[in-house]
Amino acid sequence: MSGILVVLEQRDGKLHKMALEALAAGQQFGLELGLPVFAAVLGAGVGAVAESLAGYQLAKVHAVDHALLREYTPDGFTIALRQLLAAHSPSYVVFPHTYQVRDFAPKLATSLGRVLVSDVVSHRIDNGSLIAVRQLFQGKINADVRFEGAGPNFLSVQAGAWRADSLQAGAAAVEVFTPELSEAQIRTKPLELFRESARAVDLTAADIIVSVGRGIREEENIAIVQGLADALGAELAASRPICDNGWLPMERQVGSSGQTVAPKMYLAVGISGAIQHLVGMKGAKTIVAINKDPEAPIFEVADYGIVGDLFQVVPALIDELKK
Amino acid sequence: MKIVVAIKQVPARDSLLKVNSSGNWIEDADLSYEINEPDAYALEAGLQFKEKQGGEVVVICAGPDRASQTIREALAKGADRAIHIETEEDSAGDPLVLAAVMAKALEAEQPDLVLTGLQSDDLGYGQTGVILAETMGLPHATLIMNIEPEGDGIRVKRELEDGWFQNVDMPLPALLTIQSGATKLRYATLMGIKKAKTKEVKSLSVAELCGAGSASIRVERLYVPEKSKHSQIFDGPPKEAAAKLVEKLRFEARVL
Repeated sequence: MSGILVVLEQRDGKLHKMALEALAAGQQFGLELGLPVFAAVLGAGVGAVAESLAGYQLAKVHAVDHALLREYTPDGFTIALRQLLAAHSPSYVVFPHTYQVRDFAPKLATSLGRVLVSDVVSHRIDNGSLIAVRQLFQGKINADVRFEGAGPNFLSVQAGAWRADSLQAGAAAVEVFTPELSEAQIRTKPLELFRESARAVDLTAADIIVSVGRGIREEENIAIVQGLADALGAELAASRPICDNGWLPMERQVGSSGQTVAPKMYLAVGISGAIQHLVGMKGAKTIVAINKDPEAPIFEVADYGIVGDLFQVVPALIDELKK
Repeated sequence: MKIVVAIKQVPARDSLLKVNSSGNWIEDADLSYEINEPDAYALEAGLQFKEKQGGEVVVICAGPDRASQTIREALAKGADRAIHIETEEDSAGDPLVLAAVMAKALEAEQPDLVLTGLQSDDLGYGQTGVILAETMGLPHATLIMNIEPEGDGIRVKRELEDGWFQNVDMPLPALLTIQSGATKLRYATLMGIKKAKTKEVKSLSVAELCGAGSASIRVERLYVPEKSKHSQIFDGPPKEAAAKLVEKLRFEARVL
């Protein structure tokens, strides 16, 4: 097809929230490179979800359907996609950078001697080729990456980097693709999905959230930030390392593995702003950051910030709020 | 049970980073280094599984001379021996090449279980484990929070998004990338540090392992990202900055 193939993630017939963002990225690449854009969804009985994509401007939607794709496995998805790629030879394969994609897309790319350029935040076109921009050092440095060799070129796009509401409407035909798969090829056996416990804390209901990160250094210091939360009538939340250490319960974690929140105000204290955290809170209406490192990526999304030592800034802020 | 843990040495987390003059890597002259934190969790998972199942833990690390410090620390924590793949200084290299070199170095080892961190804090591809699995022909699972023996194989607990988990049964040998948070990291004991000095570290050069370039990507340029959002930043004395911020929150953002 020599086009762009966007592989969309679905579960139980419902598209992943990042799937349409990847489709929007694919459409933009297609427009700028002058290439047709194709979509693919994998699973068992994915006809309906494939049909739901028929209203977008796409050359075709591939419903990659097989009973052995009902449950996600890296082996099953890799084998099925390799067959789809062999049949259609796309130049670019675009994924949303989800946990599932992180699990199988590097395997797929490796099996074809290619590198997946992961977690892409933006792009430019240079002489008819796509240059992908990705982040190094937890978002502190960007890198321009050029694809070399014969392709296909694999990339996954970061949550929120492209907007689903920029999708172009149109009409696309749905075509079923039935891969050849046998049980013996699938080496891992996925069991039931489960949650650890009911979430007692619903951070999504909070108007104001004060969130604490690695900069707090010691468990005893959490009380300082709790004091700020109390002064603001806010819920206390945290980035992953704080919950990993057991300083706050996991249910107060904001980020890709925790809760996604969009309060009126999100105040990040001592949080550098790794992407895994940012995806959980960048929808907040007003974002405030307190951090000693002026280059911390959290300032990239902050409306207001204080560069300074949180152990001095937070008490000063509490005093000011009590005035 | 032979458990191999792949670890990497990266610039310390608080490092102030500058891009070098040729724009292809960071200024690394004055940096201090530490174990990539996700790999520390992989090491911890490996040590704990060995304590339960018996066997040995072998760490493998690709890096320049200075990486030997990180290797010694892993040995001091309880790894039994190490393989050091000696490389030139770091670069924004190709993860496929690195995995090929590691796979080659592990050919003689025939591990039952290979563990890696879920990503590196420097390049952040989040792929070395999965690429290594595919290169070695092993089944894999990522973001693992628990490993239990199950029949001839293992049952692992995978973290999914939004607070979901899934158990996965898999045969051995296998490769797992380890997620943080299930356990705390141990410290090296004095005895451990002493013992580490006598433990075997096998050095291999990349040339011996013949790391042919795959060259499917080329990192053209590194740079500090431009600020896309115009944040209002207050610095200066904390008291003044706090007063300015509260005023803005009250009268401009109107969130108080």
